[in-house]
Amino acid sequence: MGITTADFTAALETFADRIRDAREELTALDSAIGDADHGINMDRGMTAVREHLPTLRDGQAGALFKQVGRTLISTVGGASGPLYGTFFLRLGTALGEAEDVSPADVARGLRAGLDGIIGLGKANLDDKTMVDAMTPAVEALEAGAEADFATALAAAADAAAAGRDRITPLVARKGRASYLGERSAGHQDPGATSATILFEALRDQLGRAG
Amino acid sequence: MKKLINLPDNVVDEALAGMARAHADLIRVESPNIVVRKDAPRQGKVGVISGGGSGHEPMHGGFVGRGMLDAACPGAVFTSPVPDQMLAATQAVDGGAGVLHIVKNYTGDIMNFELAAELARAEGIDVEAVVIADDVAVKDSLYTAGRRGVGGTVLAEKIVGAAAEEGADLATVKALCEKVQDNVRSMGMALTSCTVPAAGKPTFDIGDDEMEIGIGIHGEPGRERRKLAPADEITEALATPILDDLPFQSGDRVLAFVNGMGGTPLLELYVVYRKLAEILDGRGVTIARSLVGNYITSLEMAGCSITLLKLDDELTRLWDAPVNTPALRWGV
Repeated sequence: MGITTADFTAALETFADRIRDAREELTALDSAIGDADHGINMDRGMTAVREHLPTLRDGQAGALFKQVGRTLISTVGGASGPLYGTFFLRLGTALGEAEDVSPADVARGLRAGLDGIIGLGKANLDDKTMVDAMTPAVEALEAGAEADFATALAAAADAAAAGRDRITPLVARKGRASYLGERSAGHQDPGATSATILFEALRDQLGRAG
Repeated sequence: MKKLINLPDNVVDEALAGMARAHADLIRVESPNIVVRKDAPRQGKVGVISGGGSGHEPMHGGFVGRGMLDAACPGAVFTSPVPDQMLAATQAVDGGAGVLHIVKNYTGDIMNFELAAELARAEGIDVEAVVIADDVAVKDSLYTAGRRGVGGTVLAEKIVGAAAEEGADLATVKALCEKVQDNVRSMGMALTSCTVPAAGKPTFDIGDDEMEIGIGIHGEPGRERRKLAPADEITEALATPILDDLPFQSGDRVLAFVNGMGGTPLLELYVVYRKLAEILDGRGVTIARSLVGNYITSLEMAGCSITLLKLDDELTRLWDAPVNTPALRWGV
């Protein structure tokens, strides 16, 4: 049995809920090394996404994620808008018009999304960005999705959190935090934090499917 | 938080509505939040647009009008606008001669402007972009996002806008903007932080006896925190890296721009200007033109930035050309 669009919709609702819950925390993290708007912007974007979900729930997963991407690009602004927007656009494009989405499709789609982020933001591993949380998460999913989807999703969420924490001591080399030079070391990255929230939402809503 | 606002989420929309009423002779405000020159589009004239987060007023909306910008795209406070805005602005000002995007060097601004330029080109509009990156406080290396766009943006918008007004074509206008970028350097400092309305509390804590050197314009901390010093010492700390970077040399003529970050009185800005003029005199650099005031701000932050632009006859003439916008007006 595949993963349904309703499952993905539930994951996006959970992501939106948790972004709202983390709004202050994300903004506080961004105050330390950025411009104090990450939580505010992501919440504005996911609130806009939430309004589209009821009409997308019954369609194709590809169409769902493309609309999510377009909505984020049009509402978030900053760097997060184009980056998360591209992530979901590429995920939607990878899933295409498939009616039946397999765990392997999800892994491939998330890889395409991550590639989109790297292409646009030009961040490498250890630059201290969302890429440091997403890369190990996607790798974990690719390694285990076909064997045991729920376990692989849990491993992906853990890998994202570990990536987020691993880069805290590093000096940022991309994005606004890079302007601080050495002073960015020791601060948790807001983008890696929101990316971890995304993979935790996928774990909690898709783990039961597939 | 103590601010003259209604709801934090409505600040930008309500300010734009106020601007539209206050300057109805110069600008109009259209959906989705773009400030457009009242008589745009002008047939055959290159359109010049810019944009960025709100909170830097009067930049950019206050620079829309004859001889400067044709449109501005204000985002949420300190947040790059979205591509829909830049696309709408590009369409609104395109008079058939193409449109120049003046983009400050921030990761988000670049991405959103690039997406918009791609969409506009797909519609057959000729779009070029120039990135302003003039902040010497940021090391320009592979290991940063590059220098930030700060005070030099104001000067670029004025000079480029004047050339477009005279009928220069898109390639000429773009080359001129690059020339300004190549000859302008800035650096800023903060005495206090600022409060993003939706965040509700100051972006950073700073002691009564401390200052941040090398700040940007988004309330972000600078590269270094130091003990507060007299204005002359602070002016030296900002001017020296600027002068040494280009470098500005004896015999050069410059436009000297002392900018307030929003919470510093003009009285203090002139104290800084006085010392800056002394430093330039000492180096044999001639101040040919000057600008002092709050033009690219960081909400209510106290502090200042210094920008120097090396002038030649062309840049001087275009700086002097008539301009009629809400925030800059002369020769009209």
